[in-house]
Parts: sequence; C-alpha cells; structure tokens
Amino acid sequence: MEYVIMFISAIFVNNIVLSQFLGVCPFLGVSKRVDTALGMSAAVTFVVALATLVTYLLQGLLVKLHIEFMQTVSFILVIAGLVQMVEIILKKISPSLYQALGIFLPLITTNCIVLGVAIQVVTNEYSFINNVGAANPNMMNLPQAVVFAVATAIGYSVALILFAGIREQLELSNVPKVFKGVPIALITAGILALAFMGFSGLV
Amino acid sequence: MISDGIIKNNPTFVLVLGMCPTLGTTTSAINGMGMGLATTFVLILSNIVISSVAKIIPDKVRIPSYIVIIASFVTILQLLFQAYLPSLYETLGLFIPLIVVNCIVLGRAEAFANKHSVCDSALDGIGTGLGFTIALTVLGCVRELLGSGSFFGLKLIEGDGMLAFILAPGAFIALAYLMVIFRKVTGKKA
Amino acid sequence: MASKSNFTNMVVVLTSICLVCAAILGFVYSVTAEPIRQAEVAKINNAIASVVPEFNNNPSEEVFEVDGAQVYPAKMDTTVVGYAVKIKTSSFGGPMQMMVGFDNAGNIYNTSVISHADTPGLGAKMTDNNIKLRTELVGINPASVNLSVKKDGGDIDAITAATITSRSFLKGVDLAYQVFLKVQSQN
Repeated sequence: MEYVIMFISAIFVNNIVLSQFLGVCPFLGVSKRVDTALGMSAAVTFVVALATLVTYLLQGLLVKLHIEFMQTVSFILVIAGLVQMVEIILKKISPSLYQALGIFLPLITTNCIVLGVAIQVVTNEYSFINNVGAANPNMMNLPQAVVFAVATAIGYSVALILFAGIREQLELSNVPKVFKGVPIALITAGILALAFMGFSGLV
Repeated sequence: MISDGIIKNNPTFVLVLGMCPTLGTTTSAINGMGMGLATTFVLILSNIVISSVAKIIPDKVRIPSYIVIIASFVTILQLLFQAYLPSLYETLGLFIPLIVVNCIVLGRAEAFANKHSVCDSALDGIGTGLGFTIALTVLGCVRELLGSGSFFGLKLIEGDGMLAFILAPGAFIALAYLMVIFRKVTGKKA
Repeated sequence: MASKSNFTNMVVVLTSICLVCAAILGFVYSVTAEPIRQAEVAKINNAIASVVPEFNNNPSEEVFEVDGAQVYPAKMDTTVVGYAVKIKTSSFGGPMQMMVGFDNAGNIYNTSVISHADTPGLGAKMTDNNIKLRTELVGINPASVNLSVKKDGGDIDAITAATITSRSFLKGVDLAYQVFLKVQSQN
C-alpha cells in the first residue's frame, strides 16, 4: 500500500519539478519537442533508479565509518561515475539507443534530480512508512527507496512530456516578442504547476 | 569583468543557468540572498583552486576532478552553515548540497577558470556570483512582497498577500516577468 | 595545456585530489563538530525557554523519556516550575516536532513548533506566535477544554484553510498533555 501512496505522491502531489523545483534547467532546455522529451525521460529514469540504489548502500557505509560529511562528495562522484559507465555500456550494447539519447546522457550528471533524490532518500522521513525495527522507523528501506526514485522520475517524465506537448503548440502561436523563448516557457510551467497544486491533499 | 557577470552574462536572466535554486530558495529576500552568497562563496573558491591546478590535471579526468573540488567546498559550506547559521541551513535545506550540480559553478570552471589566470578567475567568480545573488535577491524580494507583504522580514501590510507567489507557480511566473523586464531594460535577448 | 592523459597520471592526480579534499574536509568537520552540536542543543533550549516559566537549571541535562516523548523538567533552584514535553507527530506535509510547556497547575504555559514540513503561508503559519490556534491555548488547562478544532465539535479555532495541520497540532498538544499527566502522577 505504501508503494501506491509513494507513486501518487511523487508523481502528482510532490512533483519533483513542478513543486520541488529540481531538474528545471533541462526541463526548460529539452522540452521543445515531445520525442526529445521522451528520450530524456527514459535516460533520467534509468540513471535515477540506478544511482539511488548505489548511493543508498553507500550511505550505509558512510554511517558505519562515521564519515557522513563525505556524503556530498561521494554521492556526486558515484553519480558521475555511473553516468560515464552507462554511456560506455550503452555504446557497446545498443548503439542505436545510444544515438537516440545523444547528448542527454552526460547532461544527466548535473541534473539536480539525481543528486536530489539520492539525498532525499536517505534523509527524509515519511509518516506513512513504518519500517519496524529499523534505526529510524520513518526512513525508507532499499526497495522503497528504489520505488521512490522511479516514481519521482516518472513524475518528472509526466511533467516534461506534458510541457513539451504544450510548447510544440506554443511555437505556432503568436507570442509577444519580449516573452519569446524562456519567459513564456516559465509562465507555462507556472500555470502547469498551479494545475498540479490541485493534487495537494490527495495523500 | 565583474560587470560582465552582472549584466552581459547574468547567469539567471541571460544564460538561464542555475534555475533550480533560483526558483526553490527565493520565498523571501533573505533566503534568496543567503543562497546567492553561499553559491558565490563556492564559485569564487572553486574558480581560484581550479585555475591554479588546471595545468596539472590530465584532460580525461578533468570533469571528475573539478567535481570533487567543487563538492569539497560545498561540504565545507554545509558544515559551516550547520555550525554557525543553523536557521538558514534549515530553510535552504536540500539546495545547499545541490550547489554541487549548479550548472553555474561547473560551467564557469569549465568555460573560464581552467583557461585563465587565478586573478581573472577569481574576478569572474565574483562577477558571476554577484549577478546570481542580485537576481536571487530581487526575485526573493518580489515574491516576498507579493506573497507575504513583507520586505526582508519587515511586515508592510496587514494579513497575507497573494499566496501563490510563495508557492511553486508564483516562482515560475515571477521569474518570467523579471526576465522580460531585464531584457527590456538592458536590450539583451537571451 | 593540461598534462598528458596516460593512465598513471590520471589515477595519481585523481586519487591525490580526492585524498587532499578528504583530509581538508575531515579537518573542517572536526573543527565544526562541537559548534554544530551546540547549535542543536541551543535550538532545543530556546524552544524550552519559550514554553515554560522562568527556570535556572539546564533542562537538557535532566531530560527523560516517557512514551517516546522527551520530557525536560524546568526548575528554579530545586523546585520544579514546569515541564516541557517534546512531541513528534505527523502533519500535512510530513513529520512535525513541537514543544509543549506545562506549569505546575497543569495549564499549558505555551507551545512552540520545532520543525515541520507544511506549506508556507498555510500550515506553516503554526510557527507564528500570534496565530489564534496558539494564543488560545496559552494558560488553558487541557482537562477543561475540548482539544479539537471547532469543525470537529471542539473549542479551538483552526488556522484558516489549514485544518489538517491544525488537527495535527492539537493532537500533538493532547499527546503532550497525556505525557505530562503521567509524569505528574509519578511524582
């Protein structure tokens, strides 16, 4: 049941980009067309899930060695390394997919979402989670962490694809000159965020 | 060089970099300014260090090395905040460690610091950082004024303002309008 | 411009950078560990000071646990003047921590919110000292009022448009009161 709540919460109520403001840079840059949005979404989901898995385990190690302050440095190194590795593997296994994702892969390293989710998973406490017997009963365990990561990435994808669809339409309409480009995109995002706010209180 | 960072290459209004903290921490003028100054701190220091060691770093491990250096400064900032400014630390929350992936910091290191002298890199850091801080503070002011009717914490009106501005949608919309005003005033198109 | 990218070079440089950074961070950590701890204690102490009558002991040193809540006794010399109870409960946006102070007569002296995850401008208003939800509780004896929002048939005014948060807040106060009663009966 917790998984359902997590999914609804991550996609609609606490959408990572429309209410938490993570992943906005690529959001504004990549979402001009729906097919590029799809590619980016797939890449981000994959990296976020993998990164969360590894950093969760890493955090366990950091806590054991009492070096929690190395969290930021080690997490980002892991993420950068993972992205590099994924690129290399993808190139070998599926060159066509690699071509399709193109420049998005290296960009994901600096996507706030990956580091953001990784940190949230090990620090946030959730009242609907009850890990009986764990040191902190409101913290996620590993499977929950991965589900959370995937759900958040899906939330990102939903927002991104919706946004791309709207922007494709916007290209064809008459936007005042000073608003062209980023400002009108921001206002659109704002209205989309307003719409998603309607979901708050759902969980 | 410093004025470049503020006007011509303003990271927020012209380069459109570092959007995440821009939208996420500007619920009030103080928060915006705090975030801007924190980022400037990391920007200046990492620019200085990276430009000093750029020559001895092999090209292939360039990016990971820069990331480690930047991440270290961010961690130092985190620890200092936790110790001496705990309330600001709580308000800025997740966005402090996220300075590591702030495109501005890595971007300036890659585009500038590794090609220029330590002095120039420091100045570039100051300029870009100031541009970012000013942008954040202004956005913070606007959102605070419209959203809670206060200015830097001083309440100016009775009751509440337009709540939407402290929340997510307002951030996007306020930034959009500020960008438009900036464009008109400086005649620069992004 | 940069040195050659052969394998040894890369490994040596990257490793030394990591080691140097780790060493510097370790140093900064050891320097700041004490101030960080003190900042956290100060936060709790400030919360305690705002919810109980004047005291001159150090409640944090005499804290004890009852039913999962931390109880901080406030004393003037050796007489107890009040108890501050730290309660953790869940609110609209996530967990919430609050401090409720009771005086010897069993009245609520004051309340304080330590941390929360609620919406700014709505639920977050509970940190405002002038909000009705909180000012109405000052000096009240919980045994004599119905500690729920008016909507639920109780006596307390909720925060406008933040009913869930108000309910959680009052639930926290009630939990604190139960703990206080237990402490009183044990003395």
